[in-house]
Amino acid sequence: MIGVELVKLARRPRNWVSIVLLCALPVTVAIFVAVTHLAPPPGQGPALLSAVLSDGQLFPAAALAIVLPIFLPVAVAVVAGDSIAGEANAGMLRYLLARPVGRTKLLAAKLVALIVYVLLAVVFVAVTSYVTGRLLFGSKPAAVTSTGITTNNVVATSLSGTALTPTDILLRTAGTVAFVTVSMLGVGAIALFLSTMSDSSLGAALGALAALITSGVLVALNSASAVSPYLPTRYWLSWVDFFRQPILWRDIDRGFAIQAIYVLVFLGAAWANFASKDITS
Amino acid sequence: MIVTTQLTKRFGHVLAVDHVDLTVREGDRYGFLGPNGSGKTTLVRMVLGLVYATSGKIEVLGEPVPARIAHVLPQIGSLIESPSAYGHLSGRANLALIDAAGTGPGGGRRGRRARIATALDRVGLSGVDDRAVRKYSLGMRQRLGLAAALLRSPRLLVLDEPTNGLDPQGIREVRDLLAEINAAGTTVFLSSHQLSEVEQLCTRIGVIDRGRLVLQDDLARLRGPTGRVIVRSPDADRAAALLDGRVADRDADRLVVADSDAAGVNALLVSAGLRVTEVTEERRSLEDLVLSVTGSGSDRIDGGSAGRPGRPAEVASRDGAGT
Repeated sequence: MIGVELVKLARRPRNWVSIVLLCALPVTVAIFVAVTHLAPPPGQGPALLSAVLSDGQLFPAAALAIVLPIFLPVAVAVVAGDSIAGEANAGMLRYLLARPVGRTKLLAAKLVALIVYVLLAVVFVAVTSYVTGRLLFGSKPAAVTSTGITTNNVVATSLSGTALTPTDILLRTAGTVAFVTVSMLGVGAIALFLSTMSDSSLGAALGALAALITSGVLVALNSASAVSPYLPTRYWLSWVDFFRQPILWRDIDRGFAIQAIYVLVFLGAAWANFASKDITS
Repeated sequence: MIVTTQLTKRFGHVLAVDHVDLTVREGDRYGFLGPNGSGKTTLVRMVLGLVYATSGKIEVLGEPVPARIAHVLPQIGSLIESPSAYGHLSGRANLALIDAAGTGPGGGRRGRRARIATALDRVGLSGVDDRAVRKYSLGMRQRLGLAAALLRSPRLLVLDEPTNGLDPQGIREVRDLLAEINAAGTTVFLSSHQLSEVEQLCTRIGVIDRGRLVLQDDLARLRGPTGRVIVRSPDADRAAALLDGRVADRDADRLVVADSDAAGVNALLVSAGLRVTEVTEERRSLEDLVLSVTGSGSDRIDGGSAGRPGRPAEVASRDGAGT
């Protein structure tokens, strides 16, 4: 069944369009920055973008920061929200279950397909932005903004001002990809749960996005600081800490932990709901 | 093949299926009739494990459902309400996905192409090209749905309105196909509100009305002679006089005679020198039978107390006369 779901994922043009769009946004940003050499000052705008001018190898991380707040969650919510509700809407859910595909099995296959989609999206963004970064900014510090220590094998500076080797950057970018993927699975789990509740994929996707927006508002609200450590978006940007020297693990660990809890709770709820549900679609 | 015992399903305060005892025997061509919204689809879905019963028991192919549903379903082909497919894929790609999905014997990669080709051939789509199902006509979708149901050569076919959207030619093809499949040993359970479809194909019928099974019997028995004879004669007046007292009903040249011996009636009239156009045993039509035991469907909404006519009371007497 997992194979069937992956084939369906791959043969759906919409999924590829969304990935292309995800990759296109950072490229657009990169072109503007490269042409004008006007990066936002450090601390403003998308994380790391100010550092990109000095080293194109940091661009994958900056690109993820660009797509993370809205683009990526929207794409993930749409795909996850479609997983069960979309089948119900197309009238295929009853035929799959009568085939028979066990309900738990179907849900698991949908989850695997979702994980593959998120990984594909994140990795594609990272790879295309790496290429873009190397082409547009090179791997040597641009003359205008040369700061920090630069020698032949030390080519980038961390946010803390110390040098990073290419291997370092690769490892830290890989960590970022993992962190962002797990964060997006939190969104996916919420949308998947809503997808088992409703026969409308749009409703499920919007429901998940509404939850994220609520969370985003509350995180920014000082008076809600008591609940903010438990909100799904609280640690979304904590992967920036991968680019500090030394890596600040505290928020990264918490980010992984909170997403794991969201994934488990909502998958559990999705399973409990779906397994006991009357399929009337 | 399908046995339900006091099967009941309640959606909120709506009683969709009400203590139904349904029996489909092996080899039957079972026609399941009922007005729209009478509970046909809910019952079919319970048999297939899609909807869970509120109370009562279901046994399909001798196994309890939904407890052993994973065991039962691989032996069933189904067409539920309307055919569905992924619109952006071709018919073959859809069948390949359906074939690959799910557990049970006969779903392996080996032989998939052959299975799909056979199924498409049986429903008359063997020459279908690679265009997306989205562009199919309703009739083609219906055939594709039927092909999906036949993929695994099931022991039991559960079909909901299988000829919906087909032209007269297509309806006949499907009817012949189902008869052929049934002759090869597959039990066919056909849910429909098209009486003529059921009348021409089925050997046994069940009628559901407002959630209750109001009739279940062999079609031949139900449609047996009523014990009356219909006579058409240009000399109807003299015939009526001759058959004095036995004429139950008269409509111009058509007489309904309360006598079960058609040949005797004929001999009597002819020996008296009367001209006879037609003499036949009266048989109940399926339409009369079904209309007599069901109310109007849920899609008809009358105001106030003028609602559904109280037909079931009438059933008992007419049924008694017929069987």
